[in-house]
Amino acid sequence: MAQPIVKKDDDRDDEVEYSPFLGIEKGAVLQEARVFNDPQLDARRCSQVITKLLYLLNQGETFTKVEATEVFFAVTKLFQSKDNGLRRMVYLMIKEISPSADEVIIVTSSLMKDMNSRTDMYRANAIRVLCRITDGTLLTQIERYIKQAIVDKNPVVASAALASGIHLLQTTPEIVKRWSNEVQEAVQSRAALVQFHALTLLHQIRQNDRLAVSKLVTSLTKGTVRSPLAQCLLIRYTTQVIRETAVNTQTGDRPFYDYLEGCLRHKAEMVILEAARAITELSNVTTRELTPAITVLQLFLSSSKPVLRFAAVRTLNKVAMTHPMAVTNCNIDMESLISDQNRSIATLAITTLLKTGNESSVERLMKQITTFMSDIADEFKIVVVDAIRSLCLKFPLKYRSLMNFLSNILREEGGFEYKKAIVDSIVILIRDIPDAKESGLLHLCEFIEDCEFTYLSTQILHFLGNEGPKTSDPGKYIRYIYNRVILENATVRASAVSTLAKFGAMVDSLKPRIFVLLKRCLFDNDDEVRDRATLYLSTLGDGSVTETAKDVKEFLFGSLEVPLTNLETSLKNYIQDPTEEPFDIQSVPKEVKSQPLAEKKAPGKKPAGLGAPPATLSSTVDAFEKLLSSIPEFRNFGNLFKSSAPVELTEAETEYAVNVVKHIFDRHVVFQYNCTNTIPEQLLENVTVLVDASEAEEFSEVGSKPLRSLPYDTPAPTFVAFEKPEGVPAVGKFSNSLRFIVKEVDLATGEAEDDGVEDEYQLEDFEVVAADYILKVGVSNFKNAWETLGPDFERVDEYGLGPRESLAEAVNAVINLLGMQPCEGTETVPSNSRSHACLLSGVYIGNVKVLVRLSFGIDGAKEVAMKLAVRSDNEIVSDAIHEIVASG
Amino acid sequence: MDLCPSIKNILLLDSEGKRVAVKYYADDWPSNSLKETFEKTVFTKTQKTSARTEEITMLENNIIVYKFVQDLHFYVTGGEDENELILFSVLQGFFDAVGILLRGNVEKKEALENLDLILLCIDEIVDGGIILETDASSIASKVATHSIDSGAPLAEQTISQALATAREHLTRSLLK
Repeated sequence: MAQPIVKKDDDRDDEVEYSPFLGIEKGAVLQEARVFNDPQLDARRCSQVITKLLYLLNQGETFTKVEATEVFFAVTKLFQSKDNGLRRMVYLMIKEISPSADEVIIVTSSLMKDMNSRTDMYRANAIRVLCRITDGTLLTQIERYIKQAIVDKNPVVASAALASGIHLLQTTPEIVKRWSNEVQEAVQSRAALVQFHALTLLHQIRQNDRLAVSKLVTSLTKGTVRSPLAQCLLIRYTTQVIRETAVNTQTGDRPFYDYLEGCLRHKAEMVILEAARAITELSNVTTRELTPAITVLQLFLSSSKPVLRFAAVRTLNKVAMTHPMAVTNCNIDMESLISDQNRSIATLAITTLLKTGNESSVERLMKQITTFMSDIADEFKIVVVDAIRSLCLKFPLKYRSLMNFLSNILREEGGFEYKKAIVDSIVILIRDIPDAKESGLLHLCEFIEDCEFTYLSTQILHFLGNEGPKTSDPGKYIRYIYNRVILENATVRASAVSTLAKFGAMVDSLKPRIFVLLKRCLFDNDDEVRDRATLYLSTLGDGSVTETAKDVKEFLFGSLEVPLTNLETSLKNYIQDPTEEPFDIQSVPKEVKSQPLAEKKAPGKKPAGLGAPPATLSSTVDAFEKLLSSIPEFRNFGNLFKSSAPVELTEAETEYAVNVVKHIFDRHVVFQYNCTNTIPEQLLENVTVLVDASEAEEFSEVGSKPLRSLPYDTPAPTFVAFEKPEGVPAVGKFSNSLRFIVKEVDLATGEAEDDGVEDEYQLEDFEVVAADYILKVGVSNFKNAWETLGPDFERVDEYGLGPRESLAEAVNAVINLLGMQPCEGTETVPSNSRSHACLLSGVYIGNVKVLVRLSFGIDGAKEVAMKLAVRSDNEIVSDAIHEIVASG
Repeated sequence: MDLCPSIKNILLLDSEGKRVAVKYYADDWPSNSLKETFEKTVFTKTQKTSARTEEITMLENNIIVYKFVQDLHFYVTGGEDENELILFSVLQGFFDAVGILLRGNVEKKEALENLDLILLCIDEIVDGGIILETDASSIASKVATHSIDSGAPLAEQTISQALATAREHLTRSLLK
């Protein structure tokens, strides 16, 4: 296909002179624009000049302030012409120039005249232009006309007015909100797009009033919304309402579900897709609710339209992350998509299959993928590598074939990002699957023998230094590492020296050999390499087989006390004003600054790109741990056990938004209050949270970390730490209020006033519950795990749960109470069943593995009974689980 | 939290990836060079596919639907959460409307010679990211109405011609 296009290009070279814009130049066109001032306007000529100007702007050319003003004034003259075509170009030009406020006045009267014209096109376009360039003051003058236009019988005029209203709502909401009645009338319009625009605007006007939105949805879902676009919109609003009501009542029957399901039979594919996607994204969606949506998506998979296939496979890919079982029915259709012409579709199909595949199909899939990998671009390969990594973590027993696959593709050609993805995957597998460690390390060693990327070489060497000494035969890695010292560039050589030293420090028997190698490095021609070698030789002892002192290890390989970014800024400052005094590392601030921002983004972010795996829990815990350990006051709390999901302590759209993350340690809890200041005119300083723990008797406050300053729209955390009895899942209720000093900010200069006022802001209460002490950790084979733990510390008891709304609701309640990970899809209760068994797994504080078997039964009076069997390594823990249920 | 479907940009590029007409609605690409980089990436990524029928891809968390004809490449970009078929309806509207306006003669030279029509066409499809109209014949008739020049019979002819093509197009889509 590429052939004819290239040929055409060659021909083009000769034809090029036919382009009407060849050799066009800004200065010349601006000269030409003088025709706008002619007393006898030539409409055609003027139109051409405007087109040229627009062409220039479109190509990325910019006008200076003076030029823009000149053009603008010239263009305003063209309102004299009665030519429709020219007028239309004038509108376009004015929008492109976006004149300043004082210039707008010049055209206002002309535009207002057009707004009242009898020509529909004038009315529609004049409104759009005027609303685009106007500010609040002018708007009050024209408000009357816009209201009229909203209910104009010409749909183009009505749509123009409504669309402008949607834009204006961002800047001058108080005015647009007054148009409610007209907008409501327009919702009933017969014209499809008017209905769509009116619905958009009406919803945006009311979006902060939950009740009104709910009413709107209720009335419209019953009626007939004609336009497919408006129907899609209504589906989105409906799911929003469902989301908000679902929090309050956890009943079995979901309100509005019937409406969504009905939309699956709509005649427009757009609506079907929107509804199917909405259903799959419902929180805690059940298999029964999912089935009809999956069925229509499955039909789409074999559509002749790529867009439809893409949409379907992308949706199924997302479903596969949470409900892999529901998607397995589509596996056959999906396998045929592996050979789809459109590689985006093929990649999505592969990654979906990787997610839904079971242990036995892994080998077959890998075979299919191997052929597929050779003909896709790097970016798709990265997606596949990520999917394989998560598959391997899911089926640790299959690590051999998956690790082999990774090492094979590591040897093939590929760019940096791709190679990095593979190396990262292998590193993660080595970390999480102990059996894979030795083979994984060897694969990495082979890779650095022929690696063109310095960054990857150094990363692997660093990793090798940490993991290699802990293996059964550390000696075999030395050869690979020392080869780097002989063969590579200075950067890699230097990190190889460090890695060698690590082996020497950790493995006493290797020390004499390492010393010989390090001594050779003293003759390297690079300063850094020599320096490192000298340092290690002089600190690691005398080269005999002796243990390296702990403080030496700590000094050489321990982590830096301060964040690197802070150190960097401090060093830069130090270099800028040279002094005689040596640099003092104690002067570097230990606070982590930008961290919370990235932190906040991470959990809310949807899985990016083509079915990239969701950020794993452990990685966010890692981030929290890093953040907390950077605060000196909290450093001696030990290892972070669990960080809860953020709990909102304020209503949406209040002056200050605060949520809290509960960090659980062995003997402490730390509350991280993430605060956001939503008022541009304010700067908050010395922000603290005053916690009243009178309803949490076992907790006593031991410290807090105030937030020095909280500028507008920059979320930042403040911390409060509590001590609690060791290993005990202490629970309690905490009431909070935010304390701070408010300073006014001059918006023009951005500077805050010197004097502030102390103020306090009441936050909502929250509780530390038993579930906070249990980590959600799944097991791949529950039965095996259950057998392995054995009956030694098994505790069984029965509980009556009283009348519940449904079995599903009861199961959910117990899962939430325990905060454990449901296994093997047992959290979903088939409808109408009278009994249900549910398997849960988790890790209790103190790193005790806990497995739970729940058997539920429900009788005619909706009385639910439950049998709870707990196994763990520790009878106290088993009892504690029962305690949670008994007191919950 | 904005639930309304929104369009991030509409691109019309030539067979070398150069701009014929583009319009950006989202602030994701604040400078012209960023815009050009985006266009270049989109173009290289989609170039290998023939896309005589519509095609779709993802790039930097955006969904891009596209369609090529002769030496013209049509693209519509939306966010990653957007309904693909909504984006496609915009692309289809744009594509067909240009076909009507250029009287079936859809190629770069013709497009540049009628750039005013193309720009007006884009203006009628999307307003600041909000979809205004997706029906090709409505879009084309709105654009074409504007070229009525009361004094010039020549332009009059153009409009009736354009309307005829629009009608023809309508019947064709009815027959399908």
